[in-house]
Amino acid sequence: MPDAHNPDTPPRIGVYVCHCGTNIAATIDVPALAEYAAGLPDVVVAREYKYMCSDPGQELIRQDIREHNLTRIVVASCSPLMHEPTFRGALVRAGINAFFLQMVNIREHVSWVHTNKEEATAKAKDLVRAAVRRVRLHKPLEKRRVEIKPEVLVVGGGIAGIHAALTIANSGKHVYLVERQPTIGGHMALFDKTFPTLDCAACILTPKMTAVGSHPNITLWTYAEVAAVEGYVGNYKVKVRHKPRYIVEDLCIGCQECVEACVYKEGRWADEFNLGLSKRKPIYLPFPQAVPQKVLIDPEACIEFKSHKCKKTCVEACGERKAIDFKQEASTEEIDVGSIIVSTGFKTFAAHRNACYGYGVYPNVYTSLEVERLVNASGPTSGEIVLRDGTTPKMVGIIHCVGSRDHNTNRWCSKVCCMYSLKLAHLIRERTGAEVYNFYIDMRTPGKGYEEFYDRLLDEGVHFIRGRVAEVADWPIHPSEEGKLVIRAEDTLAGFVRRIPVDMVVLSVGLEPQSDARDVRRLFNISCSEEGWFLERHPKLAPVSTFTDGVFIAGACQGPKDIPDSVAQAGAAAAEAMALADAKYVELEPYTAHVIEDACSGCKTCLTICPYTAIAFVEETKKARVNEVLCKGCGTCAATCPSGSIEQNLFEDQEIFEEVEGLLAYA
Amino acid sequence: MKYAYYPGCSLKGTGRAYEESLLAVFRALGVELEELEDWNCCGATTYISYGELQSYALAARNLSLAKQMGRDLMAPCAACYLVLNKTQHYVREYPWIGQIVDHALDAIHLPKDIGVKVRHPLDILLNDVGLEALKAKVVHPLTGLKVATYYGCQMVRPYASFDNQRNPTSMDRVLEACGATIVYYPVKTHCCGGSQKGTLPEIGLNLIRRLLTEAQRNGAEAIATVCPLCQFNLEAFQDEASTTSKFHIPVLYFTQLLALALGVRLNEAGFQRSFINIKPLLAEKEIAYA
Amino acid sequence: MKLKRVVKVEAERDPAFALWISQTVGGERIRHCLQCGLCSGSCPLSLYMDYTPRRLMHLSREGFKEEVLSSYTIWLCTSCYACMVECPKKINITQLMYALKTRAMQEHFYPKRFAIPVLAREFSRMIRGSGRITESRLVMRVFVKTAIWRLLGFSKLGLRLFRTGRMRLAREKVEKRSDIVTLLNVVDTTRKELAR
Repeated sequence: MPDAHNPDTPPRIGVYVCHCGTNIAATIDVPALAEYAAGLPDVVVAREYKYMCSDPGQELIRQDIREHNLTRIVVASCSPLMHEPTFRGALVRAGINAFFLQMVNIREHVSWVHTNKEEATAKAKDLVRAAVRRVRLHKPLEKRRVEIKPEVLVVGGGIAGIHAALTIANSGKHVYLVERQPTIGGHMALFDKTFPTLDCAACILTPKMTAVGSHPNITLWTYAEVAAVEGYVGNYKVKVRHKPRYIVEDLCIGCQECVEACVYKEGRWADEFNLGLSKRKPIYLPFPQAVPQKVLIDPEACIEFKSHKCKKTCVEACGERKAIDFKQEASTEEIDVGSIIVSTGFKTFAAHRNACYGYGVYPNVYTSLEVERLVNASGPTSGEIVLRDGTTPKMVGIIHCVGSRDHNTNRWCSKVCCMYSLKLAHLIRERTGAEVYNFYIDMRTPGKGYEEFYDRLLDEGVHFIRGRVAEVADWPIHPSEEGKLVIRAEDTLAGFVRRIPVDMVVLSVGLEPQSDARDVRRLFNISCSEEGWFLERHPKLAPVSTFTDGVFIAGACQGPKDIPDSVAQAGAAAAEAMALADAKYVELEPYTAHVIEDACSGCKTCLTICPYTAIAFVEETKKARVNEVLCKGCGTCAATCPSGSIEQNLFEDQEIFEEVEGLLAYA
Repeated sequence: MKYAYYPGCSLKGTGRAYEESLLAVFRALGVELEELEDWNCCGATTYISYGELQSYALAARNLSLAKQMGRDLMAPCAACYLVLNKTQHYVREYPWIGQIVDHALDAIHLPKDIGVKVRHPLDILLNDVGLEALKAKVVHPLTGLKVATYYGCQMVRPYASFDNQRNPTSMDRVLEACGATIVYYPVKTHCCGGSQKGTLPEIGLNLIRRLLTEAQRNGAEAIATVCPLCQFNLEAFQDEASTTSKFHIPVLYFTQLLALALGVRLNEAGFQRSFINIKPLLAEKEIAYA
Repeated sequence: MKLKRVVKVEAERDPAFALWISQTVGGERIRHCLQCGLCSGSCPLSLYMDYTPRRLMHLSREGFKEEVLSSYTIWLCTSCYACMVECPKKINITQLMYALKTRAMQEHFYPKRFAIPVLAREFSRMIRGSGRITESRLVMRVFVKTAIWRLLGFSKLGLRLFRTGRMRLAREKVEKRSDIVTLLNVVDTTRKELAR
């Protein structure tokens, strides 16, 4: 039997051309191509089949390898990204090295981009000829195994991060949950009720938050950020920077005596959790159900930091616990994890960008998030929906699509705003009895129970006007409009312009990526889409993986979505991370680069050129060495090396030259 | 500082006061203005309904002539400002329009380069002259004068590069530098109707009435404008627009108020051409004038 | 009650009109119109229009030529650009209104002695003749050709303008008037050539 691994043996090549149904066969003359391939030098067998990737298709290859002692295989079909693993598997099962395969992409590169059958077939013939020449030089390669550490890092403690962390922790693996705010909970902690069930957000969230805080398998680091990430799948080294709370976390019990005792008797600084609708003191607890239940000090506001002359009544009140430490500094810790889940969430559209709606100009124009806080029982007004002057509104206008579906701001639909606008309409009507007007363009209620929720609202007497609001203004054309904010929009269903005088305007702001998303994505070596959301590996089939192995994304950072979808994605990401950890090792593709030491001149050019910092300079030998585990096979070093001493597996110079010559040879 | 200057037809007719005060203001600030020689009408918004391509050619002739002068082109009239900018934009965006305009300019032996920078006087005042230099030259501050700044449409939309389209403040800042108090005027970019008062009188009047009502309601003692047609509309029909409230508000070009503050004599700044005498108001507010 | 039967069969549509509007300058994105109504809401004159700008956009792209060209809408537009600036799909509505105005004038879809087309024609005539507009003369010509009795109503205002020196009767003109004529003629001929 010819030794496939012996380079002196003449190669025996099998070529397989796939019809791919009509995907390839409609544009390429497959029988002609197979016949052509059969006539190429060293080709022993050439076949065509309708679906090469199917079981019978693969069996064809395996049988031929055994019967005809084939040593190299060329498959002309779809993109290697689709089925290279499939065909490699077939080779292995037939007993030869997986890397004796060369795929020719005659689908994405030929039949899907050309219309002329003659020319397409000619192109396919050229490509197959090139592959046949190349595959002769393929060497047997082995995949490298890399151990996967079982620990997982979850970045971002919103509902997605929380759910992912709990799922993984419950399986017995250790999770680090890093959150940049002083408490976990994310945006969901701000809501009062959630659609469509009108479940109390805090009631369903706080148990999960508490579970995170007390779980033996979760290391919760709040008020902390990821500073640097190094490594590769299964072996990430992450530096986490802890921002100083000026409180010793282990000693603080969250009694808030310090807050009570603060020299400032009343809050003076905008309370971030209440979106500036109320004020807090320099020392504060983010919100009553914060996890961890620890206070923190704002150094910009605290007198002690500014003048060092404070009475420090807080320290006095803390007493024996001695949890306050004004000298605390930021600190960095390094952890080793096997995989990372990024669930950093979203931010809302800045409403002042739509100048016509008067946000920031008229006091009673609110964003939806601000109204969530008003409606919330633990919010700045204890759940009363009141205007800035404390009175109850009698007429409220809710404007949909603020910042969304607009080429002037964000082109996308933010998915959740119609539903939350309906929810707010219901809550406002229920609490105040006010006349509520919802101004929408399309009513988007696709989820489970969502259309039924809309039905419910239709029964409640809320006015629905289909028309994008042109302006919120304060000048009246009728006595009934005096002293009110007037919303002007065309009622498109009725066909004329209407003016609705209201006391309160609620802007349903859309969702946007976090403002530092493009910086954060670089930390984890993942990509952003054009709009700035983190990019998934495949929009349909791999929504939580990224193009970087071992880094997953979940929740609104991937795109606008509601809580059920965020939780579903978090579960999916957790499953992927756990699958990786349970597999215990991962096999890395062997198309890495390596330095031929004899030829290396030690010029160090390749060191700086490597985008993955995978090349190191070995002092003892004064030569470069590639870390094959970090190497991603991009080929940059091999192309750059001035002495040509770097070779890349599967893309060796000779292999490439053979392919080029094969392409250029006339048929 | 020197600029080419494109007056436009209105500034020689109903908008004479605009030209007079504009020239006086820039003279006082030491800025040279050279009128574009043998300029033609830009077509405004009327010609374009008759023949769009011809209107681009008309505007292009002025742009080509101005480009030859080698200076930025100041276009004070809001409509001219819009048309000149629009022509440059459409010629660039639609190559076939560019082709037609090139042919036309060729036929009258003018160079095809129409890329001269078209500037509004407010842009020049804010960005080239500077508010500090302006403040330094103020001799009769407009202290206590409550002004509603009316921008109208054509200056801000759609080509306002130097100011915010929905909430412009360039005129506000310039007049504040002269000591005036700018009142809240929510309809400052609402259309005055343009030529509708002539062609569709009732509708035109309603639009004008809205603008006057809001000015009065917010305590404006004078209205400052940037466009000859807006100024005419707001000034000439105050009696007709009056219903229960009588309108008697001086409507001036912002350059006239500037000229006043810079010490230019009233009748060199076109104040004698207003329908409403400004002197009683100035006396009441104790604002000195030349 | 005066009943009217309205049902639109496809054969009545004018596909050529629909095609024309989507290909004219400014109409490239008309198919993107979501019918959100922001244009109508921002338009200062939509209150008086029989078809709001939004409705007109839809009627135009669907090819209902009669309704569109005989609407009041196209005449009421003052080209203030408010609609265009706000439109979330960046549709050049103002430019389309100009295109419809021109088409309506070309095909005579307006009542006799209607002031707006008369103004446009007199304006263009004056430019062809002098290169510049003399406002006083223009206004008088328009009045004469539409509603001559309005000259009486205008007289008081006219007098005021005259006394304040704002109504100049002398003809404003460009020196190189032949250039203007050549310019305008070459535009027409070049356009016809390109169309071929």
